[in-house]
Amino acid sequence: MNKPIQRVAVAAMVLVLALLANATYIQVFKADELRDDSRNARVLLDEYSRQRGVIVASDGTVIAQSVPTDSKFKYLRQYPADPRAFAPVTGYFSFVYRADRGIEAAQDSVLNGNDDRLFTQRFMDMFSGRDPRGGNVVTTVDPSLQRTAYHELANADCAGPCRGAVVAIEPGTGKILAMASTPSYDPNKIATQDFTEAEKAWTALTGDDADSPLVNRAISSLYPPGSTFKVVSTATALHAGLGASTRLTADARWRLPDSDTYLSNDSGSTCPDASGGTVTLTQAFEHSCNTAFAQLLTEKVPGKKVDEFTSTAKSFGVGEDPAGIPMPVAKSSVGDIGNDLAALGQSAIGQRDVRLTVLENAVIAATVANGGTRMRPYLVDKLQTADLRTISTTSPTTVNSPLTTDQANTITDMMLKSEQSTAGSQSGIASKTGTAEHSDSSDGGETPYAWYIAFSPNTNRRIAVAVILENGAQGQNSYGGVVAAPIGRAVINTYTGGGR
Amino acid sequence: MTAAPAGHAPPTTPPTSTGRTTELVLLVFAVVLVAAALMIVELAQGEPLTWEVAKFVAAFAALCAAAHLVVRRFAPYADPLLLPAVAVLNGLGLVMIHRLDLGSSRSDELLKATERTHNADQQLVWAFIGIGLFALTLILLRDHRALSRYAYTLGLGGLIFLAIPAILPSSMSEINGSKIWIRAGFFNIQPGEFSKILIIIFTASFLVSRRDLFTTAGKQFAGIDFPRARDLGPLIAAWAIAVGVLAFESDLGTSLLIFVTVLVMLYIASGRVSWLMLGLTLFALAAVIAYQLFFHLQVRVAVWRDPFEQYDTYGYQVAQSLFGFATGGLFGTGLGSGRPNIVPFANTDFILTSFGEEIGLVGLTAITLIYLILVVRGLRTAITVRDSFGKLLAAGLSFTIVFQLFVVFGGVSKLIPLTGLTTPFLAYGGSSLLANYLLLALLIRISNAAREPDSPKPKPKRSVDSMATRAVQRP
Repeated sequence: MNKPIQRVAVAAMVLVLALLANATYIQVFKADELRDDSRNARVLLDEYSRQRGVIVASDGTVIAQSVPTDSKFKYLRQYPADPRAFAPVTGYFSFVYRADRGIEAAQDSVLNGNDDRLFTQRFMDMFSGRDPRGGNVVTTVDPSLQRTAYHELANADCAGPCRGAVVAIEPGTGKILAMASTPSYDPNKIATQDFTEAEKAWTALTGDDADSPLVNRAISSLYPPGSTFKVVSTATALHAGLGASTRLTADARWRLPDSDTYLSNDSGSTCPDASGGTVTLTQAFEHSCNTAFAQLLTEKVPGKKVDEFTSTAKSFGVGEDPAGIPMPVAKSSVGDIGNDLAALGQSAIGQRDVRLTVLENAVIAATVANGGTRMRPYLVDKLQTADLRTISTTSPTTVNSPLTTDQANTITDMMLKSEQSTAGSQSGIASKTGTAEHSDSSDGGETPYAWYIAFSPNTNRRIAVAVILENGAQGQNSYGGVVAAPIGRAVINTYTGGGR
Repeated sequence: MTAAPAGHAPPTTPPTSTGRTTELVLLVFAVVLVAAALMIVELAQGEPLTWEVAKFVAAFAALCAAAHLVVRRFAPYADPLLLPAVAVLNGLGLVMIHRLDLGSSRSDELLKATERTHNADQQLVWAFIGIGLFALTLILLRDHRALSRYAYTLGLGGLIFLAIPAILPSSMSEINGSKIWIRAGFFNIQPGEFSKILIIIFTASFLVSRRDLFTTAGKQFAGIDFPRARDLGPLIAAWAIAVGVLAFESDLGTSLLIFVTVLVMLYIASGRVSWLMLGLTLFALAAVIAYQLFFHLQVRVAVWRDPFEQYDTYGYQVAQSLFGFATGGLFGTGLGSGRPNIVPFANTDFILTSFGEEIGLVGLTAITLIYLILVVRGLRTAITVRDSFGKLLAAGLSFTIVFQLFVVFGGVSKLIPLTGLTTPFLAYGGSSLLANYLLLALLIRISNAAREPDSPKPKPKRSVDSMATRAVQRP
């Protein structure tokens, strides 16, 4: 019997070797992959017991910080300054729901201290025996402007809680000065260490009857831009050699080429100031006459009309893969127009399949404000170590120049006039309103999206804004000029000190 | 008198070292190791070093001392490595269970804090009872061959014991969905652990009594000599009942363990690989059929292939276990510094994961090698002991230890599908600890017989030369 027993002993060793080989595979070769798995709670637990970096506004106002606690978790993530106003910028960092949205997610590796650029700090901390700390993120956001944008938006005259967004950009640099979205949420409620409360808050935010407060309407939602897109249409005409005095139809109704579809002016009447049935491009712009713009693009622009339109839109950033700001931004688009001139006519007034983010529309306004030069928008000004040593600064980047200075001045002039034709107009502001139909049914019974894009050309503190309000209280009469414009003006005035 | 020629030492008695001193030294080492491990845990968990720790160590030392004294008195020639190996495993198990108790209420180690558990205290009580059972066995059973006489009784008892949970209503036999318990008021027994040992005793005795079957062939088929069915009948019947009952109770681990152990014992008794092949073929067939029939087997296999596919449901345990192993890496996070509590059943089925996380691959290798030492010394006992029953019994008992380790460790580390078994001596659980101390007692008893010098033949009082003889002249 001894021989078989010896063999059994060998078998026992083989079994043990197999176990150890497998353990080696998991603990050494597969370890990194498993450690980095987002479902491995240990990583999050580590991060939660480490001091995460702060997020600050441009003036140093802290908008997200980790404070030491007496509880088992060493640190609690807090959003001290008007959390609902800043939520689209900060996002949230929750033990249960992790870092998501906003700067918390986009700059997670810097904030949690794992970023390679923080290597030196980590190394020094290790030597000095300090717990590892995360780096800080300095944003471009102007805190008072952000607050104004949010509160104006949240307190606008809406059917139910306001749904909308505001983006404000410094035209010369592309710095995002404000990015507000309503309805918003209080990230503190998700970041709390009382996990039952966090879960409750989460359920309330993600429930079916909630108006998606977690959605950042400034960058994640796409809207038809309506008449605000006439800025791009005008730019197309200027590129094609047409001018402010080009004469266009003033008809109340106009048949789109190659179709039986009629396009009508918003008011349903003839374009004001018409003489001999025509208006100038400036007049059409000022009064936002749809028929004139449809004719401009489908008849007046020479050559390949669709290509001219789409390439101009593209030069403004529409359809471009959005560069991170650093958060992911939805991709704006003019849709597929093909060779359909009727579709071009509808797209020229920002309808049909044209879809923009509020950020992109703000970029369009900022480009005009900046003399035709488009700057890449950005939200992160600086990254710092925990010791406030700068490790990276974002420098303003010029993308291209969709307009010459003259063309920009021409459009600015039109926008100044347009503002004067808008209810509650304010001198010194160049603007374009939009009232975008988005109803699936042909009767268009739903409240249109109210748009307002504007800038202030004659001030030292230059700013461009885009505002959208989804649910103005006036139903079908919720025009951009009525419900969105006051918000935009308030934001501009807060920044420039203008207005009343 | 002349000096003895060089190189021709005068015949001396062989060294009479029984190894008891070695055992004592190793046990002291085990106590020191456990004490150190416990201190590291307390410091890493930020617990104040109180007298509790000292009491804990003292209790463990007392256990070791008691076991040592019993062996010294009742099995003086036993292998000196068996007891220390078990002591280290039991001690480290206690430390880890205590460490998991500390972690159970800490929300920074868990996703959600639970109540502080006190499993280590209970396990310590079980260890005391276990050592009591160990001592009792060594005191009452002076010769392992005596067991052979009660083989059928023990085997039958084992089967009945095993079947009880299947018959009892769920309220008295089910814990965490496993119907393998006898719930008796203040404590619960998992009869499978004990039945395993009883069935091994029965098998060893049975195979020895029918040994001639393997030398005198019955019918030959496909190159394998088969004994007549009636000769192997009782064994196959017992085996079938055991495996059948366990399959019925969904205790896949124990049924696999008994199946393979009996098969290996059959191989050792017959010395024929063909028997092993036959058994494995049957096993493969049974496995395929069972896979088709039982949903929970399909789940186990699916989880084994990819635990992350069903992460939120069936795969969760294994996935968490792999996270634990990976986090530990080569050297581990350090005792008390990891987060082993995240893994479900961290102190029972997944205690090896807890070790893997906190002492890493290096520590796991050490633990595994301690098991290997235990098993190899057991198998060595089987080789040295002279009686066939002792050989088979020692080999069977030793093999179950390594195979159980293989099934558990392999299961939690995704080498093989997961089946519910506890890690011998390491995991939390009274039945398992008691049964394994019983197993150790039997091994030590056989080992004592194996190493005991031949009882000296009654020597003549005086040498023939010195006897007063007289030459008697033949007339």
